[in-house]
Amino acid sequence: MSSRYFGARIRRNEDEALLTGRATFVDDVQLPGTLHAAFVRSDLAHGLLRGVDAAAALERPGVMGVFTAADLGEYWQPGPLLVPPAPIEGLTFHARTQVPLAREKVRHVGEPIAVVVAESRYVAEDAVEDVIVDLEPLEAVADVRAALAEGAPVIHEDLGSNLAAHAVQTKGDYDAARATADLVLGRDFTYDRGVSAAMENRGVLAQWDERSAQLTVWDTTQAPIPIRNGLASMLGLSESQVRVVAPFIGGGFGPKIMMFYPDEVLLPWISMRLDRPVKWIEDRFENFFSTTQERGQLHEAEIALSSDGRILGVKDVFVHDTGAYDPYGLTLPINTQCTLLGPYDVPNYYSEFRVAFTNRPIVTPIRGAGRQQGVFIMERLLDLGARELGLDRAEIRRRNFLSPDAFPHDHEILFQDFAPLVYDSGDYEPALDKAIELIGYEPEGPVQSEPGGASPAEDGGEGTDGEDGEGSSRRKRLRGTGIVSYIEGTGIGPYEGARVRVEASGKVCLVTGVGTQGQGHFTSFAQIVADQLGVGVTDVRVVTGDTREFHWGTGTFASRGAVVAGNACHAAAVAVREKILRKASEILEVAEEDLMLTEGVVRVQGVPDLSIGLGELALRSNPLRGAVEPGTEPGLEATSYFGPRRGATASGVHAMVVSVDPETAMVEIERYVVVHDCGTVINPLIVEGQIHGGVAHGIGNAFYEELDCDSEGQLHNASFMDYLLPTATDVPPIRTAHIETPSPLNPLGIKGVGEAGAIPVAALFAQAVEDALKEWAPGLEVRDIPLSPNRLFALIEEARAGGGEEGA
Amino acid sequence: MDATQAVAIRVTVNGERYERSVEPRLLLSDFLRQELGLSGTHVGCEHGVCGACTVLLDGQPVRACLVFAVQADGSSIGTVEGLERDDGLHPLQAAFKEAHGLQCGFCTPGILMTMVAFLDEVPDPTELEVREALSGNLCRCTGYQKIVEAVEAAAAGLGGKP
Repeated sequence: MSSRYFGARIRRNEDEALLTGRATFVDDVQLPGTLHAAFVRSDLAHGLLRGVDAAAALERPGVMGVFTAADLGEYWQPGPLLVPPAPIEGLTFHARTQVPLAREKVRHVGEPIAVVVAESRYVAEDAVEDVIVDLEPLEAVADVRAALAEGAPVIHEDLGSNLAAHAVQTKGDYDAARATADLVLGRDFTYDRGVSAAMENRGVLAQWDERSAQLTVWDTTQAPIPIRNGLASMLGLSESQVRVVAPFIGGGFGPKIMMFYPDEVLLPWISMRLDRPVKWIEDRFENFFSTTQERGQLHEAEIALSSDGRILGVKDVFVHDTGAYDPYGLTLPINTQCTLLGPYDVPNYYSEFRVAFTNRPIVTPIRGAGRQQGVFIMERLLDLGARELGLDRAEIRRRNFLSPDAFPHDHEILFQDFAPLVYDSGDYEPALDKAIELIGYEPEGPVQSEPGGASPAEDGGEGTDGEDGEGSSRRKRLRGTGIVSYIEGTGIGPYEGARVRVEASGKVCLVTGVGTQGQGHFTSFAQIVADQLGVGVTDVRVVTGDTREFHWGTGTFASRGAVVAGNACHAAAVAVREKILRKASEILEVAEEDLMLTEGVVRVQGVPDLSIGLGELALRSNPLRGAVEPGTEPGLEATSYFGPRRGATASGVHAMVVSVDPETAMVEIERYVVVHDCGTVINPLIVEGQIHGGVAHGIGNAFYEELDCDSEGQLHNASFMDYLLPTATDVPPIRTAHIETPSPLNPLGIKGVGEAGAIPVAALFAQAVEDALKEWAPGLEVRDIPLSPNRLFALIEEARAGGGEEGA
Repeated sequence: MDATQAVAIRVTVNGERYERSVEPRLLLSDFLRQELGLSGTHVGCEHGVCGACTVLLDGQPVRACLVFAVQADGSSIGTVEGLERDDGLHPLQAAFKEAHGLQCGFCTPGILMTMVAFLDEVPDPTELEVREALSGNLCRCTGYQKIVEAVEAAAAGLGGKP
């Protein structure tokens, strides 16, 4: 089988629609007679709901209804537990899932209390102001540590405390390993929250059609099939009566997963009640409250090392902030727990976490999904260990890498997919070597200043009004390098499916159930199928995210689209190829082995005149007369499924050079290198794009993006004016290189890549900044992320005033 | 003035003339998307930061979420729907496709409109100039690198058709 397209830099099929404004996003669907919804949301993080007076709102012209929890009757139900907890021995877990509208109390700022429906969004928002909400304030707890303290206000009273979960996973005997260690280092670390900030906010348009008894929901979801199934069940409809469409989605990054957000649950119900289409499009301000967030964790971590830098064991005890509810189970803390182990041989591990409810918006995965935090802890411990032992930072990693013959490697703990954490394949040293080469890392210290060097963004503009004439910046700039490693568990099950059909035109239609949010599935899936069927990539029309087109599937998350759906596409294409060759063999009266499938035509090797086109073959596979033989099916079509036994382990090394202005604490990234292993690469162009975007996201998390939330649970920076996303001048050019260790867990050898870029950036930032400041601010340690310029400035001052305080 | 009292306006959008009666508070972004059905102009933040709704107002890039439709009365507006040429994609659009300068594509129309105006003004920009001109548009997917490459390629006349 030739692979003409798999692995090639193919330009994307979906781009023309997106570039011309023709691509349809949820808010672009405009139906006649549509009503518009707006939410009355809680101003308080914690309070008792005494009453809602909607009389004035209902009198406003254009208002068609105001609904509260009381109006929902039996439809009012807490949302589903999306991911049950993994069967960890001794586990405590309390599920408290979000409600469609607050009933007795509110548990975070922005929690919806009522929904107003009007003839226009403008009128609906006017009417929101008319609704009078009687809230009795309760003491709020926004800080995850305070939430678990004795006497803290309890968010779900029936639980008696804010403890949502507690779990311990261990491997070997950490205490025994610690007793033999030459060096034991312990520190406290914090990793704070951020938002996903997809450029498209969330939105839902629900249309109930009374005549056909059909509900159609356009939803910015990453998982349309689970949403269809859930809505049908909640509304008492057959799944065949509910169609959920996730059209073009303007970025997902996790929070657009099958959340059953209040709006997703309410709009279909309202549309059925009012018999009108109803639309709600989240605005950016709402997005900071009504869409899920991630990453708040506090860690107390310890590493036990031998004098030559070998890891003897790691102990990590952490608290994970789940916000007001915990619908996503334990995926995040388990990801943290597992990803901490990284590409290293860690013989002894003790990991304990508690999950706490807080009066803050709900926490579910965002690109990286708990992995960032684990990588940050491990990489920081290795950096500190290397410093203490006088070892080179790259060398301490190299000494602890799992060797290429260690696979499959069983870490003896459970992963988020309930399967044992077993790495399928990998080879870590070549990635480290490549990154060292590309970044120009010198073991003895920072890279040398490169006047006119590799980074085109360096110097330039700012220098023009300065007085320097010496080639270096006029302000003091201290350079530092960082180099870190990580792994990412990707491509977990359960399964995805795909249907491939050759049409009478000779073109191919490929349908899969996953949603797509910019990852290039319209192209990468087409490449996989085109190779099998001998057609061009543009001859394969890919349909995703429409439950009318495909019935089975889960969704796009956990870097699994290409791995799981991609292999399902491959399997379906292989089955159709077999049908093509069988049919052509009958018609041409030639053995299948003598047939070739290229350029949309089945040809006979060595007989140029004897051939049949795919379109003709498709027609003859679906005859108007004659019978379909028993045991065969009409048409050139096949549906296949793929479910991996467990996730494929991707890995990588990131390196960067920063320059720090020690007086202003401004950090500039001069160079950035990613060496990545995502198994076999379907489309390098798309993989590079995924990595670039992930790194930019990681840079935001590491340095710019911080939710300024006070102890009352009030957010002070709910806008893009104040919550700073990285811009084109903040993200450096990123150089990428690939290492390829195919996954043995799927026929195509693919590992996921969607989240990879974002995962190690904070760890890298911390190391590079410390390296830059090691002489200016001796003893400075970065233990908290995000490391904003303000926080870094304070750290510099502290270190210069008397040396960094030693950690716990 | 009553914010809900309709006002008649006339605009030319992508060369087509329109007359509509609109509330004074109607945003230009909503006007284009809802009244004229030109939904290629996307709304990402409604407070003028993300740049997704950027259109050309009498040739100048503006945030359509920060302009009322009534303020555009008598003006000529360019949106992403007007970029394509008879023979296919605008060279900048073609360069974006060639360089993989878009992923989810939501921010793309605003970036295209910003960059069309930028390249008119600075036909031969340096990378830093491109990055600075782009820094008023947010993109969460691409990390900007391939957008910068696309703009540079378009400027060099490599990306598009003649």
